[in-house]
Amino acid sequence: MTEALLVVRDLVKHYSSGGVFKAAGPPIRAVDGVSFEVGRGETLALVGESGCGKSSVARTLVRLQEPTSGSAVFEGKNIFDLNRPTLRAMRRKIQIIFQDPYGSLNPRMTVGDSVAEGLEIHSLAPRAEIPTRVATLLQEVGLDPSYASRYPHEFSGGQRQRIGIARALAVEPSFLICDEPVSALDVSVQAQVLNLLLDLQARRGLSYLFIAHDLAVVRQVAHRVAVMYLGQILEMGPTEEVLANPRHPYTQALLSAVPVPDPDRQRTRILLGGEPPSPSNPPSGCRFHPRCMHPSKDQRCSIEAPSLRPLGSAQVSCHYAR
Amino acid sequence: MSPLLEVTGLRVTFPTAAGPARAVDGISFTLDRGKTLALVGESGCGKSLTALSLLRLVPPPGVIEAGSSIRLDGKDLLALDPEPLRQVRGKRIGMVFQDPMTSLNPVFTVGDQIAEGIRAHEKVSRREAWARAVALLQEVGIPDPVTRSWSYPHQMSGGMRQRVMIAIALSCRPDLLVADEPTTALDVTVQAQILELLDRLRDERGMAVLLITHDLGIVAGRADRVAVMYAGRIVEEAPTTALFRHPTHPYTQGLFASMPRLSATRDRLVPIKGNVPPATAWPPGCRFHPRCPSAMPECVTDPPLLAVESEHTMSCWLGTTIRK
Repeated sequence: MTEALLVVRDLVKHYSSGGVFKAAGPPIRAVDGVSFEVGRGETLALVGESGCGKSSVARTLVRLQEPTSGSAVFEGKNIFDLNRPTLRAMRRKIQIIFQDPYGSLNPRMTVGDSVAEGLEIHSLAPRAEIPTRVATLLQEVGLDPSYASRYPHEFSGGQRQRIGIARALAVEPSFLICDEPVSALDVSVQAQVLNLLLDLQARRGLSYLFIAHDLAVVRQVAHRVAVMYLGQILEMGPTEEVLANPRHPYTQALLSAVPVPDPDRQRTRILLGGEPPSPSNPPSGCRFHPRCMHPSKDQRCSIEAPSLRPLGSAQVSCHYAR
Repeated sequence: MSPLLEVTGLRVTFPTAAGPARAVDGISFTLDRGKTLALVGESGCGKSLTALSLLRLVPPPGVIEAGSSIRLDGKDLLALDPEPLRQVRGKRIGMVFQDPMTSLNPVFTVGDQIAEGIRAHEKVSRREAWARAVALLQEVGIPDPVTRSWSYPHQMSGGMRQRVMIAIALSCRPDLLVADEPTTALDVTVQAQILELLDRLRDERGMAVLLITHDLGIVAGRADRVAVMYAGRIVEEAPTTALFRHPTHPYTQGLFASMPRLSATRDRLVPIKGNVPPATAWPPGCRFHPRCPSAMPECVTDPPLLAVESEHTMSCWLGTTIRK
């Protein structure tokens, strides 16, 4: 890996449960001790099923939600220590794009105004230059510059996601958090957006934290992948290594559940029983142990929580993985 | 033997400010007992409307045009009066939708909701219907079905709710199960469980399954035949293996090329250029031609339906020139 641009250590995000009409229960441990690094020009994918905490990681990194504890050092500064003015400067460097490009664009603002907003807030361009900057940005994401005067509802999902990307790029970030950026798109359009993200990375040297549930998509874009389950990373390593030679039983099950478009390929399906337990009451020891099908699984798994240890070029959090 | 389901020339139209939008435009297919047919396509291609048409549930102001025909065991469903139609819905044809949360009633227990369907179609006692509901919950793999029959939908996870939906759909032993994106809202590990369940139930009960999906991945190794839809029409139809080995229509080929695969390396995909046109602005002739890499002058007129091999048809002008 190249020099680390972002170093996250022991990130924890707990949500309080209960509310006005209900006694507070145990906290929901959405993210429970997550550490990773992202290098310059690198893509790290966070994958996992719903409720594993991957989106909470993304949101705390841009301080849309405050973390419970932990640190995230970006260009030498801890994101979680920043005050308002310094946070604003940081948000110029780290941008986020979301799954639903419609919900994240203001329906009453023209596309041009949406894209220009960041330029104005951060005073990145003289007023007179803004229209040309917007036009260049729209072109860069593969849209016609004339679209600047239109409104979001006039566009398809794929086009809106391009607008969201143009808006994020306007402030010239070095780090882009992509939270399920193509999950809502049709396959033919999904491929267009994935290619765009790859091109932008090559051209601008961007780093991506790519949040996804689709391993095949991750395969296409990520250099490294971290597999999350119930708020923790169970396996992390180079994408080829993790996907070709998964060591953690959960990664193996996750991979074998991915539908493969090839009727000839007979695979040994590992069918996981049950569903992930609630993050407010995670199992003791290894969080995966109640559903685990590893032949060596024993008492230890339900008592002692494993931590990430190096195996090959990856890291795996399992007592018995080899 | 005549097929269980025979759809001919199905057309569904919505009046819009921009003129009538023919969202489904002349769909024909057949489905035999015990078989699975997959209708595959991207959003807006008309696959869900086709499914809804089978139960005459097309949302107003949409209408199924005269001249369309949907036959179940030879009986024209479009000509049925309300009462016989009610006998078909739920009894002969069961349906599973994408979102199990909005299709279940939040104020009734799941046991109630399964029993309700049974009692609507069969003369059985409350107690007997409830016992069958519990047995169905067991059959669809819900642990501790006796206790679970007293649960409300919000007390269950997405995967569990989808199992309940399947139990309701199966409650009167339908001949045909229509599954509209049954696993799209679910995680992959749960998706795998639900798909295995549907396969098992089809084999055990010998029912036919019409599987509506956007995901070619879940079709492989599951469906007997696949029909690929684009912009309201079927562009290619074939036995699953044949379609995956030799996708022939440029749109089908484009779908395969744009699919990310686990076996690939970090590399560029080959997307289909442009976007799916809306139903109000479908291009003339072959609807795919503005996005097609092999478009020719002929493409502005309707393409012929051609046989590629036995049982494998597609509708594209290319077929007239490249045929061996």
